[in-house]
Amino acid sequence: MSIKYEVYAMTFLSYLISGISLGSVYAIIALGYTMVYGIAKMLNFAHGDVIMVGAYVCFIMTTNLGWSPFLGVLLAMLVCTVLGVVIERLAYKPLRSAPSLAVLITAIGISYFLQNAALLLWTSNPKVFTSVVGDTSFKFFDGKLSVSLVAIVTVITCIVIMIALTLFTDKTKTGKAMRAVSEDKGAAQLMGINVNSAISVTFAIGSALAAIAGVLLCSAYPTLMPTTGSMPGIKAFTAAVFGGIGSIPGAMIGGLLLGIIEIFGKAYISTQLSDAIVFGVLIVVLLVKPAGLLGKTIREKV
Amino acid sequence: MKKSTILNQNSREKLFTYGMVIVAFIVIQILKTGGHISSSLNGQLVPICAYIVMAISLNLTVGVLGELSLGHAGFMSVGAFSSTVAAVSLQSSIPFAPARLAVSILVGAICAGIAGVLIGIPVLRLKGDYLAIVTLAFGEIIKNIITCLYVGVDSHGLHFSILTSSDALNLDEGGKIIINGPMGISGITKISTFAAGFILILITLVIVLNLIHSRAGRAIMALRDNRIAAEAMGISITKYKMMAFVTSAALAGAAGGLFAQNYSTIVPTKFDFNTSILILVFVVLGGLGNMKGSIIAAAVLTVLPELLRSFSDYRMLVYAIVLILVMLATNNEPVKNMLRRIIGLPHKKEGSTIDGQ
Repeated sequence: MSIKYEVYAMTFLSYLISGISLGSVYAIIALGYTMVYGIAKMLNFAHGDVIMVGAYVCFIMTTNLGWSPFLGVLLAMLVCTVLGVVIERLAYKPLRSAPSLAVLITAIGISYFLQNAALLLWTSNPKVFTSVVGDTSFKFFDGKLSVSLVAIVTVITCIVIMIALTLFTDKTKTGKAMRAVSEDKGAAQLMGINVNSAISVTFAIGSALAAIAGVLLCSAYPTLMPTTGSMPGIKAFTAAVFGGIGSIPGAMIGGLLLGIIEIFGKAYISTQLSDAIVFGVLIVVLLVKPAGLLGKTIREKV
Repeated sequence: MKKSTILNQNSREKLFTYGMVIVAFIVIQILKTGGHISSSLNGQLVPICAYIVMAISLNLTVGVLGELSLGHAGFMSVGAFSSTVAAVSLQSSIPFAPARLAVSILVGAICAGIAGVLIGIPVLRLKGDYLAIVTLAFGEIIKNIITCLYVGVDSHGLHFSILTSSDALNLDEGGKIIINGPMGISGITKISTFAAGFILILITLVIVLNLIHSRAGRAIMALRDNRIAAEAMGISITKYKMMAFVTSAALAGAAGGLFAQNYSTIVPTKFDFNTSILILVFVVLGGLGNMKGSIIAAAVLTVLPELLRSFSDYRMLVYAIVLILVMLATNNEPVKNMLRRIIGLPHKKEGSTIDGQ
């Protein structure tokens, strides 16, 4: 009996670890969504495709040109940062006062653009992404539990990003400016904050995080295609809403929970229905807490 | 006096919308008999009709009710699959194809309407972007469930099974699998015609335009413009929101029925998030609350990738750029004023009215 329970516990643990690792990737992507939403009040549907661009840049540098993975990730971050800022300047900034639906459609246009540009540049053939940290795995409990290095690196990266981002928004002047703009754009401007540069910085950070997420995602799930970013993008967006969109710790918790629910749903309920389970949980959470887990419920003044 | 001129203007606009659809139909029919329509465009005629109906119905939710829906393809999917199941089961009892098509589209509309009621109850309690994300979630759930759905028919009637495989249906000898999980439905008899699509567009227009200009429609628009004021005037939020949402869902189901029976094979993944977004693009480009605009945008944007064929590989890229530029041109004040100066129109202050046409 005890052996059976041990096996059960080990499989449970290994699912939990892969859930946390997938959830960490979602959390990193969700941070990009939630920061942009917080500051620009827009649903940036092109974010998922920035992930894909980051993964491709890293793939080309490391696999085709033989750069070291570290440099590859760094360049991917640089490219995505520039891409994010350029997209914001060219497409979103002129629409700052436009209705939100117009901005949404523009974001979708950008998403189509990135996907099709990737299709032309890198064709639709799936690329096999080589993990940036190698495929080492560690054995625990006499080899009964194996944890891949990718999972460990993903979780650590996520924690580091989370701490760094919290410190950045709490302690630095730029971070405080970003929070002020997301709180009240008009008042922030009156206090002498440069709203445009605060928004640009937000897009830069979000896109750099997207590059990291893309590399980590493709290290764990190695198929890379022009559409690779869209489903994780939607899931991460869900995670951001789940935790309360606009809230940074909310994105973290939402991402982790979503990853764990997805993996457990796949393992214990049904593989085919895992997406339905994830979205079903989201709906239930939103019905109980209409502004997400950590979202602020703003009382309506009549 | 003022009231009568407004009414006249409304009915004039209405007549113009109907007239535009009828003239377009006649012109295309003449071109078709004259053989002036390329075969690829000919194959697109029924999908264009289905997309037009989708755009009108989504415009009812987004433009008239004012709630962003990102899962409209889910209702199309429910309609597509339920109507095809109905068409296959009724093959022997109604041999006359147009009648079978009509019945099956009706079944699709009813099923999608029921789905609309079930989804509307939780969804319409939420607001703004949260409502949008929940509609997205429902769209994905519908896609996911239909991917796992197996339906078969035999002498005892319909058999349903979820998750397992087509063997679990326990069909009799001579039974037939209709929905085969991820493979969807194959071997559909193509009974959708361009004329049927045209009639469906007209029916949709009659329903939607009459709803908008009725007492209920004005209540719905009042909710959109100022929910609190409307509620204070005694307008029931739930009732009118549900009315618009369910009508919209049922019409999307009808469009799905028309769409599915134009192809020999239909798979659940056809109706995904991208399809929902495609329809939303039609609605936004055509103008919120503007049904005429939705019709034109749906038709033009479905044909556009075909027209851009000369750009070959670059056509979707060009499509994306056109989309972005149009959004920038129509929503950025400096660009808009510059365009006005070029065309020679007078300057106009922002604040376009949504008149429901």
